[in-house]
Amino acid sequence: MELKEKLVSSFMAFENMVDIDSPVHDIRTEAIKQFEVEGFPTKRQEAWKYTSLNSVLKHDYSVFPKHEEALEFKDVKKYFIHEIDSYKIIFIDGKYSSHLSQTTHDGIDVCLMSAALTKPKYRLVIENYFNKIATKDGLSSLNTAFSAEGAYIHIPKNKLVEKPIQILHFSTGNESALMLQPRNLIVADENSHVQIIERHQSLTDNPVLTNSVTEIFANKRAIVDYYKIQNDRETASLIDNTFINQKRESIAKVHTFSFGGKLTRNNLNFFQNGERLDSTMKGITIIGNKQHVDHNTLVHHIEPNCESHQDYKGIFDDSATGVFNGKVIVEKEAQKTNAFQANNNILISDKASINTKPQLEIFADDVKCSHGCTIGQLDESAMFYLRSRGIPEKEARALLMFAFSNNVLDSVKIPEIKNRITKIIAQKLGVNIGFDL
Amino acid sequence: MLKINNLHASVDDKAILKGINLHVKPGEVHAIMGPNGSGKSTLAAVVAGKEDYEVEEGEILLDGENIDELGPEERAHKGVFLSFQYPVEIPGVSVTNFMKTAINETRKAKGLEDMPANEMLKMIREKSEMLEIDRKFLSRSLNEGFSGGEKKRNEIFQMAMLEPKLAILDETDSGLDIDALRIVANGVNKLKSKDNAVIVITHYQRLLDYIVPDFVHVLHDGKIVKSGPKELAHELEAKGYDWIKEEVGA
Repeated sequence: MELKEKLVSSFMAFENMVDIDSPVHDIRTEAIKQFEVEGFPTKRQEAWKYTSLNSVLKHDYSVFPKHEEALEFKDVKKYFIHEIDSYKIIFIDGKYSSHLSQTTHDGIDVCLMSAALTKPKYRLVIENYFNKIATKDGLSSLNTAFSAEGAYIHIPKNKLVEKPIQILHFSTGNESALMLQPRNLIVADENSHVQIIERHQSLTDNPVLTNSVTEIFANKRAIVDYYKIQNDRETASLIDNTFINQKRESIAKVHTFSFGGKLTRNNLNFFQNGERLDSTMKGITIIGNKQHVDHNTLVHHIEPNCESHQDYKGIFDDSATGVFNGKVIVEKEAQKTNAFQANNNILISDKASINTKPQLEIFADDVKCSHGCTIGQLDESAMFYLRSRGIPEKEARALLMFAFSNNVLDSVKIPEIKNRITKIIAQKLGVNIGFDL
Repeated sequence: MLKINNLHASVDDKAILKGINLHVKPGEVHAIMGPNGSGKSTLAAVVAGKEDYEVEEGEILLDGENIDELGPEERAHKGVFLSFQYPVEIPGVSVTNFMKTAINETRKAKGLEDMPANEMLKMIREKSEMLEIDRKFLSRSLNEGFSGGEKKRNEIFQMAMLEPKLAILDETDSGLDIDALRIVANGVNKLKSKDNAVIVITHYQRLLDYIVPDFVHVLHDGKIVKSGPKELAHELEAKGYDWIKEEVGA
């Protein structure tokens, strides 16, 4: 049976596990119908022209993991930003691990989607926010249909959350192949501030496909600072669908660090529903072998006096492939928009490739929109300069690649994340040199 | 220390060096002068190991060892230093971090531990003071937005930090005003000892008033056509290069 049919028929079994009388279930039922119509995207669709899901869809994924696996913190500690105190929402094969997590209801809600979808005290928030900005494409609909678990974060008005929140999804490989549908909802109310770190990590070489949907609401003057660390095994694939709705004067920043995984697709969508707000999306991608990373961004400028900043750097070695598709829509009403987009890439090997495509649709006449993309090699004269000072070829190359990408780290507000990313980059480039100072 | 025997080198099949012979002993300062396009910078780059150049014939011996097959970093580890005519701008790498990496990689190649951080800082402080380099300058990206003079001063700062056996200064004087020239020359003179050697490549005799050479060589069309004592530089300054060309042509 094809994966699509398998998923559709699994929906009935899924219904035995959830409350089918809740209003949320009507949304799920609609969504599975939508998925039946849409199916998985193919390369015939413009937005998927350079990314084929064929190789990841061929596995016979198990949709319901059979049993929970216990993990000890010491064994998975390295996947956390463990140097700082944080709230943690941890899932193992899609199931919540209370043992590894540290949630809270003290002034803020950092807890589980399963609780939020079922308990009356969350009903209003769910009614107002759940599935309100996720699009109706096949993948998001599939996630919505099976939405039952994930992170639920609600920060009330004027609350500044001191500790970052880490959302980690582990897969143990107990199932020969596993498909996960995590669903996250983040609501930052007026003038609140929250920092979130998200990571998906497979612990064995069994294939895993994660199709995740995250809805983020940055209400008036809220600040949401979001970090995605993607450094998974080469048997794990991730389709990340993130939707951010911003109200006036809010600031939302998403940093995406893509260093691993077999296939990674980031669908990152910003909707600017308010004036004088700021959307930032930045990324560093460093991959090799046959890895594939696709950044598909959308910024929808709807109201006047708003800004958006995009800065993605990519370094591709071996037969790795990359895609950057950055779409910026400026509506007629969105005068005085300032939209900036940059995508710079270095190809290390002759077999590596990148497809980069800025897509600007501007209907307003008083705007500043800039975009630029570059594809190049490492500067040979710079290589000679560094080597002539005694820095070996490999280290010199690493230093230049780090230098190429590190301005993306300037806007990272948590030093421990910066350190971790720097270490992963050094490891990735196979060198043991400090990039700091 | 350095023996260059009958060196022929080309780039993209175009012969640039056509039989260079040069012997440099410890403690000596050699000046290489010559008109544009005579091969001065090529000679410097070939000794430092730039891979764009093909050595067709001859050899470069450093302390008796043929360094032809060594990469630029290995030559650096053996004490070769090239002060670039056009130092490369490297955004995102600070001067300090660059120096730290260069020194520790050189130490690693020699089987030594990393230099302790406090020792490194002390050395950076001393050497930057010697070259009158502002501390703030050290945290800036390497050569990025530096003026011509700052770039050259930074080259000599690197030389001071790396303490090379053989330093080749490729037109270090170009783009320097008289004050900067004096600072740079003083720096080089302070680093001079009986154990190391300096090759100064220049168009003009100006720098040689400060860094006084033991020998002056004139390079023309890929060959050293005339060698002499420091007075030769004055003669070249006064008479230009044409008389040399005529002498060679004759």
